[in-house]
Amino acid sequence: MILVLEQLLNGLQYGVMLFLLAAGLTLIFGIMGVINLAHGSLYMLGAYAGTWVAMQTGNFWLGLPAALIVAALAGFAIETVVVRRLYARDHLDQVLATFGLILVFNQLIILMFGRQPVYTQLPSAFSGSIEIIPGLPYPAYRLLIIAVGLAVAVGLYLVINKTRLGMLVRAGSTNREMVRALGVDIRMLYTLVFGLGALLAGLAGYMAGPVLAVQVGMGEQILLSTFVVVVIGGVGSIKGAFVAGIALGVIDTMLRAFLPGMLRQVMAGPEADALGIGISSMGIYLLMALVLLIRPKGLFAAGS
Amino acid sequence: MRARILSVLLVLLLIGLPFLTQAMDQTAFLSLATRILVYGIAAASLNFVLGYGGMVSFGHAAFFGIGGYVVGILYQHHDTETLLWGFLPGTNQMLITLPLAVLVSGLAAAAIGALSLRTGGVQFIMITLAFAQMLFFLFVSLKTYGGEDGIIVRRTNELPFLNMRDKTVLYWVVLAIALTFFFGLRRLIRSSFGTVISGIRQNERRMAALGVPVYRYKLYAFMLSGTGAGLAGALMVNVLRFASPDMMHWTKSGELMIMVILGGVGTLLGPFLGAGVFLMLESWLASLSEHWPLAMGLILLALVLGSRGGIMALLGRIGGRG
Repeated sequence: MILVLEQLLNGLQYGVMLFLLAAGLTLIFGIMGVINLAHGSLYMLGAYAGTWVAMQTGNFWLGLPAALIVAALAGFAIETVVVRRLYARDHLDQVLATFGLILVFNQLIILMFGRQPVYTQLPSAFSGSIEIIPGLPYPAYRLLIIAVGLAVAVGLYLVINKTRLGMLVRAGSTNREMVRALGVDIRMLYTLVFGLGALLAGLAGYMAGPVLAVQVGMGEQILLSTFVVVVIGGVGSIKGAFVAGIALGVIDTMLRAFLPGMLRQVMAGPEADALGIGISSMGIYLLMALVLLIRPKGLFAAGS
Repeated sequence: MRARILSVLLVLLLIGLPFLTQAMDQTAFLSLATRILVYGIAAASLNFVLGYGGMVSFGHAAFFGIGGYVVGILYQHHDTETLLWGFLPGTNQMLITLPLAVLVSGLAAAAIGALSLRTGGVQFIMITLAFAQMLFFLFVSLKTYGGEDGIIVRRTNELPFLNMRDKTVLYWVVLAIALTFFFGLRRLIRSSFGTVISGIRQNERRMAALGVPVYRYKLYAFMLSGTGAGLAGALMVNVLRFASPDMMHWTKSGELMIMVILGGVGTLLGPFLGAGVFLMLESWLASLSEHWPLAMGLILLALVLGSRGGIMALLGRIGGRG
């Protein structure tokens, strides 16, 4: 029971990371209609920039603004130089161009930092464990990630539902032609949304640093899962990204933790492990296929 | 008329290529040319659904990989003299493996297509990707067939009367298959079936109003496209003598898509040219620097932002001016 609870928290932590990435991606997807494969690169850039500053200064907290600023600036740059020209193009051109961006960013990082993974120190205040309930000590840093993710979710909810910017975002993801027709400076809105998405991706990347390794290709690893979250949640829906992110995080973690053990009851050890890992990796894709077959536009699609 | 002369010259050049590479002492180029032909088949198959049918499949690597694994699995059972599922013997005869690869990948495409085609747009892109990823992870976890490491096929499949271990003979075999495929595809696209598929891309609702069973037509097109990709995968395993889950990885689907876009979406020759340019660029850049992906990325960006319609449109513009 303790083990299940611990894995549940791990899943929640992973789900929150997925949400941070998916929130930006779903807005970019929903409002501008752009498939941005380079979103994972922004996550990687944030992780590297923050980790580098943290290592130079020896202070984890100084790395945080660095990660956010670099990711947001990179986001603005990508939007103005590349993505802006792709709004009117079809998805194919967007896929090709942003795939090119992935190659460029990955190679730039290799040129600057090499291929070896970089590891960060945990901030000293969060390096220990907290006993949440008796008998279950849980790493404080992972709790911090969960807290940050939930705080961002609340913050985004307030911005989207209570501010003028949020109103435009909601309108944009429901019917962007109409918003443009009403005289809203849509270019400004696009740049802002893209920057916000980049900022969240950078935050996720930096927070993930101490838990996972900071390495080239980390962006692509999580990018596909993020797309699955966006599609299941419904393109353009922050609420969908939150629900699907948490759900997928928990399901994926649970499958990985318990499926091999369950299979080992019925088959030989190594084969059960291999099959268990295979099936649990398939889990989220299977879920996406099922959701799309029942609700072709996702769970909380905007404008449907 | 000019186009006809050009295409005859191109075919002659392709047939004579082994002599040319031998004379210029560039025998490594021949294996690159073989790979280009194989990827050309795969890209052209993808282009049939993507360019003509308007169905953006991000999971065609799945069929490519299935075709490859049919060859690999049959070889492994032939090599170890075991039975597949307890009753099917393995084989290394290309006359059996290739048709089987085509059949199995076609069945897989029918199953995946039947489910995926219920959605459209971005969701279709993602659901085809999802199915390809599921197959990728399935084969990674199949320890019997090498898991992540894949199957090493020590000898190329045999054809009667031919020495398939000779790289030149293999090239000619692949070329013959690629040419047959190309002219078959041309007929298909110009047939009434091909016209209906193009019509569905242009206006699905109108085609439905004309009484065309849209879903069924799309499914047939998707299935045919899957068989082409499976054929390419089976050939690829023969060329590289190696089948691995990497053949199904989503980046492979991406590469096929890049070849199509690079060459020209919805053109007959485009995917072959795209495959050629992409692979030659890759091997040339890789020989210059280990940081070749940087240059590749920038070139892709410049191509997308700077031009529309890929190489075929570029050629058309040059031809139009000249």
